[in-house]
Amino acid sequence: MGGRQRIVIAKPGLDGHDRGAKVVARALRDGGHEVIYTGLRRTPSQIVRTIIDEDARFVGLSSLSGAHSHLFPKICELLREAGLNDVVVFGGGIIPEDDKKELFSAGVRAIFGPGTTSAEILQFVDEASDRNCGVGSEDDWRWGV
Amino acid sequence: MDRIKLSRELSSIENGETEGLVGEGPIIAITGPPGIGKSCLIDKILFELAPKMKVAVLAVDPTSPVSGGALLGDRIRFNVLDDNERAESIYIRSIATRSSGGSIPLIVQDLSSHLLAHDFDLVIIETVGAGQSEIRCAAVAERIIVVEGPARGDSIQAEKAGLLELADLIIVNKSDLEGSEKVFNDLTISLTLSDDPPNIVRTSALSGEGVKEVANLMLNLEARESSSRARARQKLLMAHESKIVTNPKFELILDRISQEGLSIQDALRELDE
Repeated sequence: MGGRQRIVIAKPGLDGHDRGAKVVARALRDGGHEVIYTGLRRTPSQIVRTIIDEDARFVGLSSLSGAHSHLFPKICELLREAGLNDVVVFGGGIIPEDDKKELFSAGVRAIFGPGTTSAEILQFVDEASDRNCGVGSEDDWRWGV
Repeated sequence: MDRIKLSRELSSIENGETEGLVGEGPIIAITGPPGIGKSCLIDKILFELAPKMKVAVLAVDPTSPVSGGALLGDRIRFNVLDDNERAESIYIRSIATRSSGGSIPLIVQDLSSHLLAHDFDLVIIETVGAGQSEIRCAAVAERIIVVEGPARGDSIQAEKAGLLELADLIIVNKSDLEGSEKVFNDLTISLTLSDDPPNIVRTSALSGEGVKEVANLMLNLEARESSSRARARQKLLMAHESKIVTNPKFELILDRISQEGLSIQDALRELDE
């Protein structure tokens, strides 16, 4: 199994709903991971800076504002630009089914909507840790697809 | 500065995979009870010190004794990172206590030393929110700043032994709140009975009061001589504890104590073997 990971949980953009992000952060903590929470209303570059300083291998992006199709790909792009090709990106919040394909092709590896169990997210982290599925990887593995 | 390389080096030191570089320079621990405003205050201090100085902050939060995981939440207080000019000369890293029992894991010393070798002028360690007798930080940092605040009890609290005695500088934060002046006065009176009392400053991370003064004092902060033996004691205790928790038999013996009723005395004997 993957073992303890350092995971950034981030709230990009103008979105004040962080209950979900906090629940996920708490579930990952209880699953034995080290979670760094960014707080609300971060820009993509602030989030990437946090991932760099904290040497996180995973980043979970939470969005309930509808701006995911802009923000998530932007963060993936900045990660690749910085050379952080091995960072695994996952997302959650209110993400319409129709938007998922585009997010996956931008480099997001999993999208967790309402009703996801914390066990599933932990399982994703374990499986993703054992694969080369960072944001710069050619691997077309997607969680739950 | 190659941040990505530095961050990965720090991880590998933290995981015990490599030894870090040895650098010299000031390491200051900032400690005090949870919620007293340590992170916010450090944020304001960074506005004063950067970009003239290169400053690294190691912010420690507790690891869950149950799951081994941690929620590292100090970083959300650091608004200074939104200031592009200053952010370049600042490095902030969240550290979990992992197997260490204290408010700072011993490895923080190696991480600090590595950062100083990478041309940082100062390393600030923010400890886990610490109580009266939590003086482990003395083992890691040569200089200690204790942050206090209002509504923390009556004047007898100021007379009690412990953390305050090891402080090289005392800050009474939240000066904008009622009661802070009384705490400041109680502590000041108590300190007059010491042979070499530390400075005491009132600050407010909200209004900025006292922050410049603290930043200036930090640059020339001297360790008090009277506490050198206490520091040595903490270093020795912490090194001993680290020897125990890094023993390969440690986790197994924990299981045997909790599940098979192995006695603590027998456990100690087995660890010594």
